[in-house]
Amino acid sequence: MDMEKITPNKNQKLPNEIAMTSVAPKQQSSQNTISETEDHEDFRLFGLIAFLIADGMTFAGFFAAYLTFKAVNPLPAGAIYELELPLPTLNTILLLVSSITFHRAGKFLEKRDSRACQKWLIITGLLGAAFLVSQMFEYFSLPFGLTDNLFASTFYALTGFHGLHVTLGSIMILIVWWQTRTPGGRINYENKFPFEAAELYWHFVDGIWVVLFIILYLL
Amino acid sequence: MTISLDPTNPSSKKLQPTGWLRYFSFSLDHKVIGLQYLICGFIFYLIGGALAGAIRIELTSPLSDFMPREVYNQVLTLHGTIMIFLWIVPVVNGAFGNYLIPFYVGARDMAFPRLNAVAFWLIPPSGLMLISSYFINGAAQSGWTAYPPLSITTPAAGQIIWILSVLLLGGSSIFGGINFIATILKLRRPGLKLMQLPMFCWAMLGTSLLVVISTPVLAGTLILLSFDIVAHTGFFNPNLGGNVIVYQHLFWFYSHPAVYIMVLPAFGLVSEILPVHCRKPLFGYATMVYSIMGIVVLGLIVWAHHMFTSGTPPWMRLFFTIATSFIAVPTGIKFFNWVATLWGGKISLNSAILFSCGFIVNFVLGGITGVALAQVPFDVHVHDTYFVVAHFHYIVYGGSVFVIFSSIYHWFPKFTGKMLNENLGRFHFALTFIGFNLCFAPQHWLGLNGMPRRVAEYDPQFELVNQISSMGALLMALSTLPFLFNVFQSAFQGKDAGDNPWKALTPEWLTSSPPPVENWKGEAPLVIEPYGYGKNNSQQESKITK
Repeated sequence: MDMEKITPNKNQKLPNEIAMTSVAPKQQSSQNTISETEDHEDFRLFGLIAFLIADGMTFAGFFAAYLTFKAVNPLPAGAIYELELPLPTLNTILLLVSSITFHRAGKFLEKRDSRACQKWLIITGLLGAAFLVSQMFEYFSLPFGLTDNLFASTFYALTGFHGLHVTLGSIMILIVWWQTRTPGGRINYENKFPFEAAELYWHFVDGIWVVLFIILYLL
Repeated sequence: MTISLDPTNPSSKKLQPTGWLRYFSFSLDHKVIGLQYLICGFIFYLIGGALAGAIRIELTSPLSDFMPREVYNQVLTLHGTIMIFLWIVPVVNGAFGNYLIPFYVGARDMAFPRLNAVAFWLIPPSGLMLISSYFINGAAQSGWTAYPPLSITTPAAGQIIWILSVLLLGGSSIFGGINFIATILKLRRPGLKLMQLPMFCWAMLGTSLLVVISTPVLAGTLILLSFDIVAHTGFFNPNLGGNVIVYQHLFWFYSHPAVYIMVLPAFGLVSEILPVHCRKPLFGYATMVYSIMGIVVLGLIVWAHHMFTSGTPPWMRLFFTIATSFIAVPTGIKFFNWVATLWGGKISLNSAILFSCGFIVNFVLGGITGVALAQVPFDVHVHDTYFVVAHFHYIVYGGSVFVIFSSIYHWFPKFTGKMLNENLGRFHFALTFIGFNLCFAPQHWLGLNGMPRRVAEYDPQFELVNQISSMGALLMALSTLPFLFNVFQSAFQGKDAGDNPWKALTPEWLTSSPPPVENWKGEAPLVIEPYGYGKNNSQQESKITK
């Protein structure tokens, strides 16, 4: 963000500032620079959290739709909608472990050990990719397709939308992994917002999966 | 007004594309973006107004002789979608929010300027896309609600383009909402407390919370609907075992709060305008704040009052009737606060306050019919009749659009440094107010007597009242002419406004008109009493009236 790069120039007084009339005299003493209000805290993470709340509401809408379907609409006679537990349980474990490995990578970034950080990031990325492969495998082994019945459609829509999030998260991990390289990477101990953002997003996607797992597979 | 910025500021060059060209650029300046929203929205208002005119011409006779029924359905859908998603939501939120919020929190720009520009530049393409769908196989025909199975069975191309453009506009709205929340909560000038902010900030905070919570649900619903249309899934298709009521629930979970997204910022703007022009502090600041937050919370749990005739179970009807009736309490508090603000004030009857008072009158009428519509025994009779159309237009036109005009009269001197012509403004108000009430008041009668909405043909007994309504629409269309003439003439030849023509105390008036690129040349002023009118000990009042 441009805002942060602005360096205060405390000594230089702008010529037309002295003629400022609209400010109460009390504040006149501290207004020799325009950089004063520029040095604000970094609230990009705050913005990301607001976005994740919005994103979470999209999932909430999907879950609400699924639960209502389940409560109101009976499965038509002859329609097949059965889910097996082992593969999704493995998926859950993969994602939960990947959250831990991402967190570990963050610990090493704080210790300025970018090599170890990169190692844990690549493990996280591989876990994410393994999740996607496993999900794909489940799709191909299920006895129903997208348009077979209402529950089949909802299942694919929900897991597909979540899979899209995992895909985006994996791409983010790849970018973060590339940018934490030394030398040359742009993410380091001083500038770790992109890392934190990707990590928060990844935890969010994992959390959504846990809810999805409970609602779709266990209930 | 030219200013020289600190040469070491690396963003100063990028922030300042000069001249009129900057309004066509990816400018990061919140004031440029605000005006981009306003002008873009107004162009769509003219298009949506022309479509409304076509609807009223069609309805002057009981037969569909002006246009075929399919075209009528398309015009109706485009009118609703354009007016809601491309005119009122972007203008009350995007235009005035972007222009005013950074001033009110004492900042130089929004929290995320680049996201802000992205949010604006999503709007023109999606609007063009929506309108162009008319020329490609016809636009969507299922109304702005896009209820399935209607939206699944009508031609797919127009409906899919409609879904895509509403998704883009929803995205724009969410980005804007995130930006407003971050700006109001995080970018406040040090020393400025939340309860010292001008009321518009609270209105925008409440609106943005609604945007962030409810818009994504609409996005998810429309994605499922597009699956039904393109991939032939059966989420909302009863033929394939789907459930149309779920669509209605999810749709109204967004679209009821959408009414508050359109009208809450208008509440905030009126709360800014009234105190300035009647020289009195805003009555009941704290109750205003709590009312806004009360409306936000209640607004999220009343959606099913749109669905009383959709086979809703009795317990749900009861709950949503009670919850909806409760909204009348915070709204009523705000209404009485505005009246109390006007009470005993030195009111200058200029165009801005005329439109604001017009808003108060129209809004209380729309509010009364709203409470009536919340009652199940009444609603089941007038559901989907012109009574609902009348109620809705009293809220969004009589409410939000009147406030938009009021705000343009109030802030035009700040936007341009020129005054608008007051006589033309009063003429504009008279035409709009008479035309609006002539157009929509008779529609209550039409609805009570059973004329259904969204039809091109009707029972001949309704012809005369429909013609009266169309006369009102003609007056509303004509009222735009003095306004447009006024704006163009005043922008070029209007008399100079000076920095603070209304002697207002809110922070946007404490800088030059039009304001410099980063709002203030020095540090942002600390305004802790934005409504301190008539107080001799107020430091700001004495400063300005010196």
